[in-house]
Amino acid sequence: MKHRYLPMTEEDKRAMLDTIGVSSIDELFSDIPEKVRFKGEYKIKAAKSETALMKELFMLADRNADLKRNVSFLGAGVYDHYMPVIVDHVISRSEFYTAYTPYQPEISQGELQAIFEFQTMICELTGMDVANSSMYDGGTALAEAAMLSAGHTKRKTIVVSNAVHPEFRDVLKTYAKGQYLEVVEVPVKDGVTDVEALKGLINSDVAAVIVQYPNFFGRIEPLKELEEIIHENKSMFVVSSNPLSLGVLTPPGKFGADIVIGDAQPFGISTNFGGPHCGYFAVTNKLLRKVPGRLVGQTVDDEGRRGFVLTLQAREQHIRREKATSNICSNQALNALAASVAMTALGKKGVHEMAAANLQKAHYAKKAFKEAGFEVVYDGHSFNEFVVKLNKPVKEMNQKLLQKRIIGGYDLGRDYSELSNHMLIAVTEQRTKEEIDTLVKELGDLHA
Amino acid sequence: MHNQDQALIFELSTPGRIGYSLPEMDVPELDLSGLLPEGYLREEEAELPEASELDIMRHYTALSKRNHGLDSGFYPLGSCTMKYNPKINENVARFNGFAHVHPLQDESSVQGALELLYDLQEHLIEITGMDEVTLQPAAGAHGEWTGLMMIRAYHEANGDLKRTKVIVPDSAHGTNPASATIAGFETITVKSTDQGLVDLDDLRRVVGEDTAALMLTNPNTLGLFEEHILEITEIIHNAGGKVYYDGANLNAVLSKARPGDMGFDVVHLNLHKTFTGPHGGGGPGSGPVGVKADLIPYLPKPIISKRGDEFVLDYDRPQSIGRVKPFYGNFGINVRAYTYIRSMGPDGLKAVTEYAVLNANYMMRRLAEHYDLPFDKHCKHEFVLSGRRQKKLGVRTLDIAKRLLDFGYHPPTIYFPLNVEECIMIEPTETESKETLDSFVDKMIQIAKEVEENPEIVQEAPHTTVVGRMDETKAARKPILRYQKAE
Repeated sequence: MKHRYLPMTEEDKRAMLDTIGVSSIDELFSDIPEKVRFKGEYKIKAAKSETALMKELFMLADRNADLKRNVSFLGAGVYDHYMPVIVDHVISRSEFYTAYTPYQPEISQGELQAIFEFQTMICELTGMDVANSSMYDGGTALAEAAMLSAGHTKRKTIVVSNAVHPEFRDVLKTYAKGQYLEVVEVPVKDGVTDVEALKGLINSDVAAVIVQYPNFFGRIEPLKELEEIIHENKSMFVVSSNPLSLGVLTPPGKFGADIVIGDAQPFGISTNFGGPHCGYFAVTNKLLRKVPGRLVGQTVDDEGRRGFVLTLQAREQHIRREKATSNICSNQALNALAASVAMTALGKKGVHEMAAANLQKAHYAKKAFKEAGFEVVYDGHSFNEFVVKLNKPVKEMNQKLLQKRIIGGYDLGRDYSELSNHMLIAVTEQRTKEEIDTLVKELGDLHA
Repeated sequence: MHNQDQALIFELSTPGRIGYSLPEMDVPELDLSGLLPEGYLREEEAELPEASELDIMRHYTALSKRNHGLDSGFYPLGSCTMKYNPKINENVARFNGFAHVHPLQDESSVQGALELLYDLQEHLIEITGMDEVTLQPAAGAHGEWTGLMMIRAYHEANGDLKRTKVIVPDSAHGTNPASATIAGFETITVKSTDQGLVDLDDLRRVVGEDTAALMLTNPNTLGLFEEHILEITEIIHNAGGKVYYDGANLNAVLSKARPGDMGFDVVHLNLHKTFTGPHGGGGPGSGPVGVKADLIPYLPKPIISKRGDEFVLDYDRPQSIGRVKPFYGNFGINVRAYTYIRSMGPDGLKAVTEYAVLNANYMMRRLAEHYDLPFDKHCKHEFVLSGRRQKKLGVRTLDIAKRLLDFGYHPPTIYFPLNVEECIMIEPTETESKETLDSFVDKMIQIAKEVEENPEIVQEAPHTTVVGRMDETKAARKPILRYQKAE
């Protein structure tokens, strides 16, 4: 067996077996009982050469409608955004992507410093005091926020707005079951969390109230009113937020959020058919020692030089085992690096400019739909998404749009029975006026 | 030898510089205050850096040079399977049709992606000997929790509500007990014998009607195969519990023994370990979970199925534990793992394990006279040494690890597993050459001599890295977790 990833020669093998004092590799497996010994080879596909495999997989990839060849108006938590080309150059450096978790700080200062910078940027955008080094994604970050809240308040009910991403709510419910927490959903009124309904649902067992900002329908939630109700009840105020939107929106930290979580995918991370993306987790100082996952801190070395280390590890599973604040071990470090590079490239001005472009272009599109005679449902202040009512199933419309190389919006009927035939349309800075006008015209033709 | 401090990107920032090129604004620009509710237009800008593209590239290149990756040098970090990360994986994962596909597109427009996932599931089913696999979990610990939630759902569906305890060996990964807690279980520890294996008497003592599951790594974290595996799984099954396989060490048994054949009911795999992820500086990973037939109904939804020639996302799963992650898992990592499996084939995967085990045994034998070997028998893909001999001379395992940095190595895992004093856990993997193994062993022997003759050089190591040993106490006592501009 010769393979480019396996360097041992027959000569090496013989010399090594001699040193070990056995005559064959098989002898090294003599401790595996005969009864469980696997005989022969796996019944899986035979190996392919580099060229043949690349070709096969290229053809397989080519069967997918990708966002490069098609014009996408699909969002719902995952977006087609500007990706500075330098992002891929940085994360392709093997010093970063072939490293393990930076447990040895002396030879991991690059990764540690990059994560320290990531934590800082997330704090800046969200208006929070502390951010961790990343979570798997926005959905599991939301579930971890609920668990932190329950542990901190010693309460057992999590109230979540129905305008939070449906898949995030599903993940929350699975985690809640593990922790014996009850999840109660607040209805939506006119496209935002129903504040009056929330008042009726909140009680002394509510650990946290979770809302999304901008919410799943693209609308701006009234964080100020929500905060008063939530903190009056001594519950935790958890906000799930698209970090790009915070380039133009007042950050949740300013409204008194206790935990802000979300996904940094809009910053330099490919859509990747849903993952890997990059969850982030930010809190106020008082929750610092309850944060799940890894934290990088600044310190000095034995000669007083500045350096960075993984810190407050007494929270974590490898030290605390069953008493850890979370079971998370691997996170999304490389994607946190990608997000850092994108946030750095955009910088102070670019993040605002890009967020504003989303707002402007989505507003233009919304107006164009209205002028073309469509009903925009849940109309009101929004970021880069809005809801359009159609007269046919969204799936059917999308299949027709795809023939014109357009990836249409999200079918809200999948999650909200009252919103069948309603399309959630995302317009990012990537879309041109011409593309927007084409979508309005094509949907208009299909609508007729 | 020490290099200079690398400034933070915030310290390199200069107002007026930019590093971006956004699309043209070709729609009418309105006053932003009119587009947002009053009080919701951000007033203070986020203090992000301002730098040109070249400045940014230089910054991150400088950071990368302050980081040791697998391509930089040998990385024998036990239990982490730091094997070569094939470059073809990176190319394939970046194909437009994989990297730039939206998870919520119509199924008809993502058939290629679904086919890859389906075929990966089929390959993992064969490799693990299980009946079905979900690719949704994002990492090993996430897979552990997913598997335990399924076991809980299974017991609950049988009306078996008293099964509240999960048994883990004292040598288990920390994620095992942590995942048990998050899944709502209490953890019970079972002892290891002085041979390093599960103590069957102790297992019989702790198992009972309240046992939901036993979590086990095989080979265990000492690198030893649990020879009594069939007795172990039988003890748990007879008590009505399920047996969970922590797949962190699967690299040791590819084509040699399958978890499904050993009596395991649930398995998670770390695709970023055995199947060349890569590790990414801590992630992203991927932690698929395989199950036996009686647990299939509880798999997270959706699962990827084949109907005729079409691949579909099946949400019609009434007994499912629900969703464990938005969308369908860390697809990009799954693409890499699939590419790897297809690059190796059945004979390649068999050779992987054979060389991984050969390499570990070879290093163990060469080091045995210089360090204490607590378990003197054939190891599997990794082995543990004890630094207790060196400790008596005033040099700790931590010092030995730091001294290895001076020679360009990433040190082995240290102080784990917890049941070995001054533990040094070495996993070479199959992708390293004999020359690399020999050079490392030679340095380890040199260090053992230094401990006897010149301990200070070890105690004061590292001497060649960009920074010296860090004051971790200071970092934890008064945490500085973000940059703040000096006032």
